[in-house]
Amino acid sequence: MVRAAPPLTRRTGLGDRAAAVRQGLSAYGLLVWMWVRATLAYRTSFLLMAFGNFAASGLDFVAILLMFSRIHALGGFSLPEVAFLYGTCSLALGLSDLLVGNLSRLGARIRDGTLDTLLLRPAPVFVQIAADRFALRRLGRTFQALLVLGWALGRIDVDWTVGRVLMVPLMAVCGTAIFGAVYTAGAAFQFWAQDAAELQNSLTYGGNALLQYPPTVFARDLVRGVTFIVPLAFVNWLPALWLLGRPDPLGLPGWVAFLGPAVAALMCAGAGLAWRRGVRAYRSTGS
Amino acid sequence: MVSGDPLIELDGVEKVFTVRRRAGRLRRTKHEVRAVDGISFRVPRGEMVGYIGPNGAGKSTTIKMLTGILVPSGGRLRVAGIDPARERTRLTRRIGVVFGQRTTLWWDLPLKDSYELVRRMYRVPDAVYRANLARCVELLDLAPLLDVPVRQLSLGQRMRGDIAAALLHDPEVLYLDEPTIGLDVVSKAKVRSFLREVNTERGTTVLLTTHDLTDIEQLCRRVMVIDHGRLVHDGDLAGLRAAADGERMLVVDLARELPPIEGVPGARTVKVEGPRQWLAFPATASAAPLVAAVADRYPLVDLSVREPDIEALIAELYAGGGAARRKPGDVDPGAP
Repeated sequence: MVRAAPPLTRRTGLGDRAAAVRQGLSAYGLLVWMWVRATLAYRTSFLLMAFGNFAASGLDFVAILLMFSRIHALGGFSLPEVAFLYGTCSLALGLSDLLVGNLSRLGARIRDGTLDTLLLRPAPVFVQIAADRFALRRLGRTFQALLVLGWALGRIDVDWTVGRVLMVPLMAVCGTAIFGAVYTAGAAFQFWAQDAAELQNSLTYGGNALLQYPPTVFARDLVRGVTFIVPLAFVNWLPALWLLGRPDPLGLPGWVAFLGPAVAALMCAGAGLAWRRGVRAYRSTGS
Repeated sequence: MVSGDPLIELDGVEKVFTVRRRAGRLRRTKHEVRAVDGISFRVPRGEMVGYIGPNGAGKSTTIKMLTGILVPSGGRLRVAGIDPARERTRLTRRIGVVFGQRTTLWWDLPLKDSYELVRRMYRVPDAVYRANLARCVELLDLAPLLDVPVRQLSLGQRMRGDIAAALLHDPEVLYLDEPTIGLDVVSKAKVRSFLREVNTERGTTVLLTTHDLTDIEQLCRRVMVIDHGRLVHDGDLAGLRAAADGERMLVVDLARELPPIEGVPGARTVKVEGPRQWLAFPATASAAPLVAAVADRYPLVDLSVREPDIEALIAELYAGGGAARRKPGDVDPGAP
């Protein structure tokens, strides 16, 4: 572009913004409801797909079980402790994949031109893509993660104070938000590079494969990378280290474990900005 | 009914794309492509306008700017008093859009679920929705299609479904980007008569792009021609034909192979293929005396008259109204 793009939105007050968020959520709910209804019209097919999703994600855990049939601890972590790590990050990934995972199809929509049709409707494009073909079968992964997490919670050796109990759902919420931000940022990047879905996959699915093992088995530089560069460590590693009463391999102070909500909020804000820039760039260049 | 106030206004609207090309191993050079190069026009409320031009002329880019999908690089643009680029979401409730090449419906959902989504997304009042849906279902024969997933519809069925979806929220303006492309004759006729009804009965302003001059002939009093991003004609179709000094083609099938037809005033034979011959004559002249003259002296079996296609018209318009000789290869040698 030669000249700077004009500002595309009018300055809006807080009330307007709240109304916009409400409208976006109701549009999301509407689309999801429609897709769930369409999915359940073929119940057997849905059950098979959900079971397939359950089994596929469960194989990761089978690999961990097989490993523990030979050893008693991995990087100093017992099987229930590794299962706790596995359950928390798998749950976070499963939920964010269910809620916004479809964003990774943005590049394909830009290439085949169907993004244009979304811009013609009175609902935010983000909501329309995130909810498009809402895949209820992804509940399979979530369900499997919950089973493993439940099993782990009953077996890990933790002095359950109120704070520690509350930490578990907080981890799920923040982890979902962090992975959701990665999905969003990855999708935003596709406005410029339409084939970049793999980059985002390496951070979400790749990140998940990393986070289900204890940080102590990885090289320091890798752990630093997922703490400071792409802060996936806040999904489960850092809060879990606090919960399980283990020292941080990077020697960070203890309060870092509680930064999850702040990190999640920052990542979501950054991803949101990237998304807006992406939509703007798309509209001033076309496809 | 066409009333005075302009619903669509464009003043010197431009759209410039920057294209990067490789030049050497690492160097990239930037090229500017002026897809729309200073277009101005006004469309009053209730008018039905044809917007035509060859591929890549800037038709779709203009439509995308009028819907707010694309932000213009320059100029001023208003639709129903709204700047589409700044208030795209507000504008969506006032306009309806149909892309012939792709559907705006939800691919995997039954047609009626798509309509239900439109109703709730646009917050169409119940009574309005029911009335509009009933009218569309009746006029476009949609009743047997409502339970079919969109991906299973034929092109013609899908197009009718798309047009209905674009009208459920009572838009003031309807943009149609090649609504008859790829349709058979029956579907085309159905779509045309429906559009005429929408325009005359509801007073909906319609802007349509097409490659089929018959669409323009049957629907639009006014036609705008765009080429290389500039408006080269704005007026009626007869005016366009006159301006282009175009030629029509009389295709005759004779009883047997004969030498090229000669001595028919106002026509010249441009192509002979077995018993079939092609005669070019001025677009403004009547075909009747020509047919009579041929039938008088030759064993005429069958005949058809071909209108010049849009590409040929525009090529001639650009050639400055000179009687550019049509190459025989331009004529579609299909059955009359």
